[in-house]
Amino acid sequence: MAHAATHDHHDHHGAPSNFFVRWCMSTNHKDIGTLYLVFALVMFFIGGSFAMVIRAELFKPGLQLVQPYFFNQMTTMHALVMIFGAVMPAFVGLGNWMIPLMIGAPDMALPRMNNLSFWIMPFAFALLLSTLFSAGGAPAGGWTMYPPLALQGGSVAQMVFAIHLMGISSIMGAINIIATILNMRAPGMDLLKMPVFVWSWLITAFLLIAVMPVLAGAVTMLLTDKYFGTSFFNAAGGGDPVLYQHIFWFFGHPEVYIMILPAFGIISEIIPTFARKPIFGYKAMVFAIASIAFLSFIVWAHHMFAVGLPLGAEVFFMYATMLIAVPTGVKVFNWVSTMWGGSMTFETPMLFAIAFVILFTIGGFSGLMLALAPADFQYHDTYFVVAHFHYVLVTGAVFSIIAATYYWLPKWTGRMYSEFWGKMHFWNSVIWVNVLFFPQHFLGLAGMPRRIPDYNVAFANFNMISSIGGFLFGASQLIFVGVLIHAVWGSKKKATDRVWEGAKGLEWTVPSPAPFHTFEVPPVINDEELAHGHVDH
Amino acid sequence: MGQQQGAYFVPTKSSWPFVAAVVMFTTMFGASHWLSAQPSDTSFGKTVLTIGIVGVLAMFFGWFRSVIRESLAGNYNDQVDRSFRMGMLWFIFSEVMFFGAFFGALFYARMFAVPWLSGEGHGVLTNQFLYPSYTGGWGAAGGNGPAHIGGNFETVTAWGLPLLNTLILLTSSVTVTIAHHALKSAHRGRVLVFLGLTVLLGALFLYCQAHEYMEAYKELNLTLHSGVYGSTFFMLTGFHGLHVTLGTIMLAVIWFRVLKGHFTKEHHFGFEAVAWYWHFVDVVWLGLFMFVYIL
Ligand code: HEM
Ligand SMILES: [Cu+2]
Repeated sequence: MAHAATHDHHDHHGAPSNFFVRWCMSTNHKDIGTLYLVFALVMFFIGGSFAMVIRAELFKPGLQLVQPYFFNQMTTMHALVMIFGAVMPAFVGLGNWMIPLMIGAPDMALPRMNNLSFWIMPFAFALLLSTLFSAGGAPAGGWTMYPPLALQGGSVAQMVFAIHLMGISSIMGAINIIATILNMRAPGMDLLKMPVFVWSWLITAFLLIAVMPVLAGAVTMLLTDKYFGTSFFNAAGGGDPVLYQHIFWFFGHPEVYIMILPAFGIISEIIPTFARKPIFGYKAMVFAIASIAFLSFIVWAHHMFAVGLPLGAEVFFMYATMLIAVPTGVKVFNWVSTMWGGSMTFETPMLFAIAFVILFTIGGFSGLMLALAPADFQYHDTYFVVAHFHYVLVTGAVFSIIAATYYWLPKWTGRMYSEFWGKMHFWNSVIWVNVLFFPQHFLGLAGMPRRIPDYNVAFANFNMISSIGGFLFGASQLIFVGVLIHAVWGSKKKATDRVWEGAKGLEWTVPSPAPFHTFEVPPVINDEELAHGHVDH
Repeated sequence: MGQQQGAYFVPTKSSWPFVAAVVMFTTMFGASHWLSAQPSDTSFGKTVLTIGIVGVLAMFFGWFRSVIRESLAGNYNDQVDRSFRMGMLWFIFSEVMFFGAFFGALFYARMFAVPWLSGEGHGVLTNQFLYPSYTGGWGAAGGNGPAHIGGNFETVTAWGLPLLNTLILLTSSVTVTIAHHALKSAHRGRVLVFLGLTVLLGALFLYCQAHEYMEAYKELNLTLHSGVYGSTFFMLTGFHGLHVTLGTIMLAVIWFRVLKGHFTKEHHFGFEAVAWYWHFVDVVWLGLFMFVYIL
């Protein structure tokens, strides 16, 4: 009886057939997850096309294709679209799809809010992207929006309100994830039995709720400084532009961890599967994520070493930043130890995961170099920084998203993707991404500033190499789209429920494709079947 | 087949979230076009903004009405109740962080920006080259910066209206707690009285705050333009006032729901959520009273 009363029988068995009803009114975590992932993919290509403009302009010294002001719009919009439109929604989409499946929950805790979180995003980006066609042009002061520069261009209000919308979406999404993980786990799924991916999202969601409102505050002050005559960032009125940087980076540094912690979670799922061994040091992995998250709140000023901080602040933020290398090192060590002595196979997800471990570590090392305050005076605002964050974000966050897509795609669609074309995608990506970004280290060390459409002829060769790498990396992603289309509509090869021989965890116990509703009755948890084997408490 | 074996509640499809996204977009779109338009043609933006705000209000009304119906139909089991609670608590946490950004700006301006501009610490050269005559200070003494933006002003004294407002909010926290206890012991009459008192106290607070603003603008020449002092003063108290307004409206809605008998002594999450929110608004005020008015 209670069963009947608490269920809605109309959508008990399958997806509704009406297109609008299914996608716009959804309360289903799988459909909403799909929406997020498709949205992220579209944004990935929009942001990518901006990057192509940037690399085309930088192909040769001198002004080639676009006006400097438009070039600045491209760098700004590229970053905003990639961060808030591609990487973050992709992780939320993966969380939506997988967290309920991994903890044995029927759905997210607050399904309607989930739908709202998603639907805000296309509108927010419509608002932001519409500025490209407006008279004043799109925001052009950089994604960091430093005043007074950012206040001088057009479309400040559109940018601020778009960020407010994205923030609202992120906060609601994060609240939902926390409530789901804390409240919806199947009986027996103790916190320390949860897959590392779920842990990483729990902590990421906390970071999101803690810092997105701070970003909202920062951009609100920008808005009032521009339109309502306040003086937060105006020295003549007793304010300080550096204050903006403090508030922004108090958000900004945790934000970069928001974009990498779920990636850590994904890699910690994939490597054990293809090494056929439980993750090495499960608890250490969880604690490492938690301590990285904690430290991320006390390192923000490493983005501001060159701005004229008091000496004590330089020293504090330098050491605090370097401390992060410790838990990060623990993670890299544990991934390697998981593979050590495993019987490994190298399917596409594993290839991307291994590339992640190697290339993310390179990004971590360049981060460590940047963390040295005296040295950062040289590197700051050069291409060295650009190389650093693209190693952590592209070969880190984006590679993990691609790896996750290959890994879970058979579970979502019920069909296998083409392993051949997956590998083609991998080798092209991994080669060209290094051609694209590795030379940028040298450019930066030699002093080439970032966010500039023209440069000294001395930098010509490396820039041309980098641009060639960029075009080919961009083109390689078309292979990805081809693989996806084929896997969703063309592939004849059915996936088994377990999909991967070494896969463990609840998500592999449901059929492939995962039915519209799963775990309406909580599953029985068998410790031996969990991804990280038996954990003693 | 029962609750214990885990019959979950997954809500039905709803068009409210989509509607909410549309009206939020309309509001933001309108607001941004209003702000960025030439002063002579703001009417498009204003019109869209108005439509958006009306839409948001209608959306809240419609969405909450359907939620209340479901709640009254007994659809929400304990698990759903827990999810709602967590949702509300984390929402309040996010609000705390939002205020944190503005408090941070206040502390920074006062402790660092203004002293540095007046030549303290490593600000010696800035002061000598840019603002040699600026001597700093907070409040009326120099809180509007070296350029004296907004002209001379005086500050609001803490021991007048702000003190009264502190007492009002503290009292209202007590009355809402009494109402909560009354609800738990099922004394509906007492709930209505004390909850009603809380609403009135909230409205009184807002009245005093409006009065204070008028005085600030008309008599003290303390405005939003009064340099960083005016910026932090009005943004902090303004956002707080906005939250009190919202809280008062929510309390009033809850009062009507009590009147209609929507709550039982076991099930009254709606009441508790609003009470938490009210306490949060109260605590923020104490921070304001301390750091904006007294110190
Ligand atoms: C070992 C860990 C890391 C260290 C020590 C580190 C250190 C730094 C430092 C010192 C800077 C400022 C450089 C400058 O502007 O002069 C920086 C910039 C940046 N880092 Fe990292 N980082 C680390 C990991 C990461 C991760 C994991 C991400 C993202 C997934 C990331 C993303 C970024 C971004 C986006 C910027 C540039 C922001 C901008 O100015 O636009 N970093 N990093
Ligand atoms: Cu950082």
